[in-house]
Amino acid sequence: MTSLATLSDRPGTGGRIRRFLAVPDGAYRGALGAVAALFVLLLVVFVAALVVQARPAFAHFGFSFLTSTKWDPVHAHYGVLVFLVGTLETTVIALAIAFPIGLGCALALAFGIPERLRVTLGPAVELLAAVPSVVYGLWGLLVVAPWVRATIEPALAHITGGHEPFGGTQLGVGLLLAGVILSIMILPTMVAISRDVLMAVPEVEIEGAFALGATRWQVMRRVVVPGARAGILGATTLATGRAMGETIAVTMVIGNTDHFTHSLFGTTQTMASLIANEFTEATEPFHLASLIAVGVLLMVVAAVVNVVARLLVRSVSRQGALGMGVL
Amino acid sequence: MTVMAVDPVLARRAEIQHIAEATERRRQLLSRLALLACRACLVITLIPLVALLAYVVIRGASAWDWAFFSHLPTPAGIPGGGIWNAIVGSLIIDGMAAAGAIPFGIAAGLFLAESDGRVAGALRLAADVLAGVPSIVVAIFAYALLVTHGIGHFSAVAASFAIGILMLPVIMRASETAIRGVPTVLSEAGYALGARKATIARKVVLPAALPGLITGVLLAVARGAGETAPLLLTAVGSQYFSVSPTKPIAAIPLVIYGNGIQAYPDLVKIAWGSALFLVVVILVLGVGSRLLAARLRRVRHD
Repeated sequence: MTSLATLSDRPGTGGRIRRFLAVPDGAYRGALGAVAALFVLLLVVFVAALVVQARPAFAHFGFSFLTSTKWDPVHAHYGVLVFLVGTLETTVIALAIAFPIGLGCALALAFGIPERLRVTLGPAVELLAAVPSVVYGLWGLLVVAPWVRATIEPALAHITGGHEPFGGTQLGVGLLLAGVILSIMILPTMVAISRDVLMAVPEVEIEGAFALGATRWQVMRRVVVPGARAGILGATTLATGRAMGETIAVTMVIGNTDHFTHSLFGTTQTMASLIANEFTEATEPFHLASLIAVGVLLMVVAAVVNVVARLLVRSVSRQGALGMGVL
Repeated sequence: MTVMAVDPVLARRAEIQHIAEATERRRQLLSRLALLACRACLVITLIPLVALLAYVVIRGASAWDWAFFSHLPTPAGIPGGGIWNAIVGSLIIDGMAAAGAIPFGIAAGLFLAESDGRVAGALRLAADVLAGVPSIVVAIFAYALLVTHGIGHFSAVAASFAIGILMLPVIMRASETAIRGVPTVLSEAGYALGARKATIARKVVLPAALPGLITGVLLAVARGAGETAPLLLTAVGSQYFSVSPTKPIAAIPLVIYGNGIQAYPDLVKIAWGSALFLVVVILVLGVGSRLLAARLRRVRHD
C-alpha cells in the first residue's frame, strides 16, 4: 500500500481546475485527522464541562452525596441514593422481562420461522427500535397506566393479599409500569442485535450438530447460543445502558416522587427523570450543581456499560456490521 | 401349550429399540415445545409494539385536520389549536443539527475506515462513549455551553447542538461500515491512475459507499428527530411562531410531552396527533432509506 501511496504523490495530469481540486495527500490526511482530533476534543470538553459544573456539589457533600437519601432543595441538602436505587430497580425489572423474551424472540426470528416471514419481521423490529421514547411514554401514561390500575394491579395485590411487593395505593403509574414500559422499549434493540449475532454462528457448526442427530432445539441450545454468547451478552449490556439512561418515557410513567418505594406499585424517580423534572426549575446554585453531578454519575455508568457492550458485540464480528440497524 | 422360550438377545434388542424410540420422541417433543416457546416470545414482543402503533394511528388520526397542521397552539381549554410552529421548529432544529453532523460524521467515518492507528482507536472509543451517554446528559452539556454561557438563554441553536452530538456517532459508525465495505480494488484502480487520495475518496470511495451512507444518515436523522429530553433543557418549547435560531422554539416531541401530561382533552388530542406525525416521519425516513439504498445497489449492479 505504501508504494501505491507514494506513486499517487505525483501531481495529477488533469487541467488546472482539477489539479486545484485534487487536494494533496498530506493536506487530505491532515484534514481528516483534524476532524478526528476535533471529535475527541469535543468529548474531552464535554466531560470537563460537566465535571467542572458538578464540582461544587461533590466538594460540598462529599461521599454523602452518594449515600444520603434526602433530596431537599428547600434546605439545600442533596443526596442521590433514592434515584440511584430507582434507576437500578427500573433497569432490573426491564431486563428481567426483556432478556428471556428477547432471547426467545431472537431465536425464533433467526431459526424458528419461515424465511419469508423472517425477511419481513426482521426489518420491522429494527424500525420499531426507532419509535421515539416520548411516544412510548405517551402510550404508557394514557393507555397502559389506566389498564394496569384497573386490571393488573388488583390481580397482583390479590395474590399477596395486599402485602409487599404488591401493596399500597394502586395508581397505575409507578415503578412497575416504568419497568414494563422500559422492557418494551429495549426489546427491539435486544432482539435485533441478538438475532444478528445468532445468525453469525458458522453454518458448518450448525450442520455438524444436525449431522450428529441433534434436534433443532439441541442445536440452538448447545451450539448456536453458546457460540453467540459474547454477542448476546453485548446486546443485553447495550439494552441495560439504554434502560438506565432512558429519560422521557420513564419521567411520564414513574410518578416522580423523591422517596424510596417498598411496593412495585409505588412511585419514585430515576436519575434521568430527576434531571428532566428539576433542571429548568433549579435556581439555587447547589441545586443545579447537584443535578449536573447526577448527570456525571449517569454519564460514567452509561459510558462504561456502552463501551463494554460494543466491545462484546464487536468481538463476535470483525467487520462490525452486526446490529447496524439499531446500534 | 408350550411357552416359547424368548431369545434374550432379541428381547434385549427390542427393549433397546423401545427406549431409543421413546427418547427420540421425547427429544423431538422437547424441541417442538421449545421452538413453540420461542415463537410465543416473538408474539409477546410484537403485541405491545403493534398495540402501540395501533393506538397512535387511531387516536392520532382523529386529531388530524387542516387546522392541526396549519394553526398555532391555543391556550388550554380553547379547542382547535395546531402544531404549525412545532413543525417549523423541529425542521429548524433537526435541519441545523444534520447540517453540522452529516459532513463531520462522514469525514470522521472516512478517517476511521482508512486508519488503524492510535488516533483512530481514540476516536472509536470517543464515539462509543458518546453513543452511550444518555441524551439527557448531552442536554446538560448543551445547556452549560450555550444556555448559561454562549447564547445566554434557551435557544434553537442549543437544541441543534445537542441533537447534532447525538447524531454524530451514529453517522460516523454507519459511514465507517459503508466505506469499509467498498472493495479495495476500486481505490487501487484509482491509485494506479495516479489519482490523489482526496480524489479517490471523492470520486470512487464515497460514491460507491453511498447506499450505506444514506441509510446511516437517515437513521441518525430519524433518531435525532425523536429525541425529547435534550429539547427540554435547550429549546424549552414555545406557544409562538419563531424561526430565530437564538430564541426558544417549539418542537414536535415537546408538544407530545407537554400536552400529553395535561388534563385537558384538547391538549391530549394534539399530543396524539403529534405522536402520529412524528412516528410517520420517522418510519418514512427508516423505510425510505432502506428502499433507496436497495435501489442504488441494484442500479449499480446492473
